[in-house]
Amino acid sequence: MRITAENLSCERGGRLVFSNLNFTVSDGEFLQFTGPNGAGKSSLLRLLANLSEPSAGHLKLEIGKADLALAQQAHYIAHTDASKSALTVAENLKFWSGFLGGGDISPALAAVNLGALADYPVALLSAGQKRRVGLARLALISRKVWLLDEPGVGLDAASQRLLVNLMRNHLKADGIIIAATHVALGLRPDKNLALGGKP
Amino acid sequence: MLWSLLARDLTLAARQGGGVGTAVGFFLTVLVLLPIGIGPDQFTLQRLAPGILWITLLLSVLLSADRIFQQDYEDGSLEIMTMASLPLELVVLAKTLAHWLSTSLPLAIAAPFLGVLLNLKTQTIWPLLVAMMLGSVALSLIAGIGASLTLDLRRGGLLISILVLPLYVPVLVFGISASTGTPDIIAPSLLILSAIALASLVLAPLAAAAALRAYLK
Repeated sequence: MRITAENLSCERGGRLVFSNLNFTVSDGEFLQFTGPNGAGKSSLLRLLANLSEPSAGHLKLEIGKADLALAQQAHYIAHTDASKSALTVAENLKFWSGFLGGGDISPALAAVNLGALADYPVALLSAGQKRRVGLARLALISRKVWLLDEPGVGLDAASQRLLVNLMRNHLKADGIIIAATHVALGLRPDKNLALGGKP
Repeated sequence: MLWSLLARDLTLAARQGGGVGTAVGFFLTVLVLLPIGIGPDQFTLQRLAPGILWITLLLSVLLSADRIFQQDYEDGSLEIMTMASLPLELVVLAKTLAHWLSTSLPLAIAAPFLGVLLNLKTQTIWPLLVAMMLGSVALSLIAGIGASLTLDLRRGGLLISILVLPLYVPVLVFGISASTGTPDIIAPSLLILSAIALASLVLAPLAAAAALRAYLK
C-alpha cells in the first residue's frame, strides 16, 4: 500500500493551518510529524483518518485494498482514549473487539501490560494506564495503517518500551505508522515531516 | 457489531443510571405534584389523566435525550465508530434503540399503571399501554435527531426540546386518540401510530447520522 499526499492544505476556523504538504508512505515505513503546538499535526492526522476534509489538494491510496477507504483500514489513536469509565478494562476491549471485528482480548491486554487490571473499572486507572487501554486497540484489531497522535503522552518508561515494541512489530509486518509527536519515541522514523507553526 | 454496541450501551445505562434515573424521577415527581396543583376533584383528574401521562412521557424522554451521543462524542468513541466499516446510520440506530430499551420503553410500560395517581379509568390502562409502547419507539428515534444536532453544545437539553417537540406533535395527537377514543377511532389511530414509528425507524437514523457527520468533519 502507498499513501500519497499531494499539495494538502488544511483550514480550521478560517485559519490556514498548513498548506502545500507533500509526502508518501509505503509498506513498512514510519512517518513522523514534528512541529510546535498548533502546527497542524493533529489536523493532518484527522485528515488522514477522514475526520475532516482538506481545503485543497488530495490524498491518494494505491495498491491497498481498493474497496476500503483509508479510514477503514486505519487505527486512529487520538488524545482521547475512547474508553468508558463505568466499564472494566476487559469490557471496553471486548466492545471494541466486537465492534471493529477483532478476536480474543488477552493478547492485547498482555501487549500493553494490563492483564492484572483487566477487571478494574477504567475510572480507577491512572492517566497512563487509561492511555494504555486506548493503545490496546492497536494490538486488538489488525489494521494496516496506524495514525497515532502523541501516543507516548502519559506513559512511563516501561510502557513506552511496550509501545515501541508494538510499533516495531507492526513495521516488520509491513504495516504503516504515521505519528505526530513532539517528544522522541525511541524509534527512528523512516521519514520526518516538520510542520512549521504560524502564530 | 451492532449487537456489541447495543449491549454496551445497555450495560452503561444500567451501571451509570444517570439519564434513566433522572427521567423516571422526573416522571414520578410530575405525577405526584399534578394532583396537588389541579386539586382533588377526581372527575377533572380522570379527564386530564391520559393527556398528562403522554406529555410527561414526552418530556421525560427529552430530558434524557442529550446523553445519547454526548459521552461517545466526548471520549472519542464516536470518531472511531465513523471509521468502522459499519455505516454510521446503523450506529445511530443501535444507540437510539438502546435509549428506547433503557429509558422510553420502561417509562411507557410504567406510565399507564402510575396513572392510578391521577385516577385514570381502569379500562383506559390497556389501550394507553399499547399506544405508549408504540409511540415510545418514535419518541426515542426522534430524540436521537435532536441529540445529534446539539452534540457540541453543553446543556443542549433546552435546544433539543425546541427542535424536537414539533416533531412529537403527531405522536401526541395519535397517541391520545389511540388511548382515549371510541373503539372505531382506536384501531386507525394505532395504525397511524405504528406508521409513525416505522417511518422514524427509517428516517431518523438517516437524519441523525447526517447531523453527526456534519459535526465531526
